Amino acid sequence: MLPSTVLVTGASRFIGGQLTVRLAADPDIDRVLAVDTVPPGPELLRRMGRAEFVRADLRNPLIARVISTAKVDTVVHASTSANPPHAGGYRSGRSTIKEMNVIGTMQLLAACQRSTTVARLIVKSTGAVYGASPLDQAIFTEHDEPHAIPASGYMKDAVEVEGYVRGFARRRDDVDVTVLRFANLIGPRLDTVLSRYFSLPVVPTVLGYDGRLQLLHEQDALAVLERATRAGPPGVFNVGGDGVLLVSQAIRRLGRIPVPLPGPAVAAVGWLLHSAALIDYAPEQTRFLNFGRVLDTTRLRTEFGYLPRWTTSQAFDDFARGAALRPTVDPKWIATAERGVLSLAGRFR
Amino acid sequence: MPQARVIPLHRPGEATDSELPAGPSTAVAVGDDQIAPQWYRELAGLLEFARRRCSGDYGVDPFGFDPDLTDHVLLPLLRPLYRTWFRVETIGIHHVPADGGALVVANHSGTLPLDAVMTAIAVRDEHPAGRQLRMLGADLVFRTPLLGSLARKSGQTLACAPDAERLLDSGELVGVWPEGFKGLGKRYRDRYKLQRFGRGGFVAAALRTRTTIIPCSIVGAEEIYPMIGDITPLARLLRTPYFPVTPLFPLLGPLGMVPLPSKWYIEFGEPVRTDGYEPGSADDATLVFNLTDQIRETIQQTLHRLLIQRRNPFLG
Repeated sequence: MLPSTVLVTGASRFIGGQLTVRLAADPDIDRVLAVDTVPPGPELLRRMGRAEFVRADLRNPLIARVISTAKVDTVVHASTSANPPHAGGYRSGRSTIKEMNVIGTMQLLAACQRSTTVARLIVKSTGAVYGASPLDQAIFTEHDEPHAIPASGYMKDAVEVEGYVRGFARRRDDVDVTVLRFANLIGPRLDTVLSRYFSLPVVPTVLGYDGRLQLLHEQDALAVLERATRAGPPGVFNVGGDGVLLVSQAIRRLGRIPVPLPGPAVAAVGWLLHSAALIDYAPEQTRFLNFGRVLDTTRLRTEFGYLPRWTTSQAFDDFARGAALRPTVDPKWIATAERGVLSLAGRFR
Repeated sequence: MPQARVIPLHRPGEATDSELPAGPSTAVAVGDDQIAPQWYRELAGLLEFARRRCSGDYGVDPFGFDPDLTDHVLLPLLRPLYRTWFRVETIGIHHVPADGGALVVANHSGTLPLDAVMTAIAVRDEHPAGRQLRMLGADLVFRTPLLGSLARKSGQTLACAPDAERLLDSGELVGVWPEGFKGLGKRYRDRYKLQRFGRGGFVAAALRTRTTIIPCSIVGAEEIYPMIGDITPLARLLRTPYFPVTPLFPLLGPLGMVPLPSKWYIEFGEPVRTDGYEPGSADDATLVFNLTDQIRETIQQTLHRLLIQRRNPFLG
């Protein structure tokens, strides 16, 4: 069954916005409603074309009226995020993000539960629900439970959001629910905690740790969301690119210099960066960079039927190209040095 | 100096860079290579390795295994220990299959897990297929800074059923030391007495993936750090399973950390096939316990035989 009226939350952010653009360009879909607390930028709004923007806060019961009056049949919940919304030109604190994520999801689900028209719910979730720890298996499948849930942070939000979604799926078993657990998103146009971290000229890491990063290219993320909206099967799916990069390897790939610091020093640097409003270098972020996280994407390939077009390294390289980062150490210098030493040595042979 | 760039080294396929001028200069360079002295080729190889490392241009598997680093740095560093110091003799390496998943199960001893490292070198260097042993390590290893990331880079992963089964399913050669710290940290007077083989989780993993189990008996590791005592309060403080006292450690300080040069034998025994059992037999606790005991007994008997043949722990 093709969706006829789709509601997308988080439409002023990159993923929600670009998904709206794609859905609005699809003539099979009658109506696309884009919801967010702040209006999208003029460029995004123009590209959204026939999509209708509804300025609404998910934490407000107003969303229920939007769903019932427009007779929405497919809801794409893409607003949950670890990153503070920058679109409004202000930075919100951690507690606001948490409210947006958790309370927003609760209100949205409450609205969906009362609705008689909603037949499908697609939730953009995250691999963060598996945590990051040295005591867990190296690769997570969809039925693995996190080892320990931290007391705060985005990971806790994500676990709680999925908990509410499971509760909703139990109460409304006539609604098809698709939960997409994304690996860390990266891409030339996406601004995330991770992309800001890698954009630092000298990148602090914790001495003695080197996490495994699995990345998902923004285009793959959008394609998966679009496919899920159009005809995706219900269920929980891990979504991530093939292969991994180690944190130290990724930093060197950018031509940047990893600076391993002892744990407490990293905490101090993280706090400094946080205060300077550069990066939210939260403790959970440090844990993630220390141990990393890899998702098994077998179900995505077989049941969901999508093969990611970008591997982790390709996605990362595309991010590096797109962000036009000037390498601190130019790879050309390394090649030149190699040639120089060799030709010098060649004289002595 | 374009001709300097073309010298094919470890990876002939990769040496052809896009910036390379094609045509006659390549032919000249190849001819050049044949007369290039050994040291020059080694230098070029080293430089190429350094460039790969500096630009992050190497592959890592989802478990964090870095074959480039393992083959070019870790193994060359450890090989002298294997060849000169312990003079390891490998017996029955033909029992290890050339491809496909298999589980090497070995006894554990020696205070520090050097026996695992030596087994990995044995498989890599002595086996005709040069297989990489993917070792299953204790959670303590992965919790420890430096050690944990180094362990992953050298192909280890956490000893847990999902990782073991995933590795076996993807056709890797997996190594497991089921005695764990009970075997590693036992006193010198208990040498070559096998401890309990965990709860048989490794047998269940092999049954579930229908892979062969290869019993492996290691003689020589017990003598490298003869543990005569354990300072429990220090161990508790450092959160380690034990704080060893050997004849030389902590008496001689860092010098006491040099392992004694015992003579080693690593024997790979007759493989135990698991594909003859019905699917679902991994849930048959009796079968799992029996198989565990059978493998433990095989290793214990092989140890006795090797010990009788050995005349002196240091001369062999």
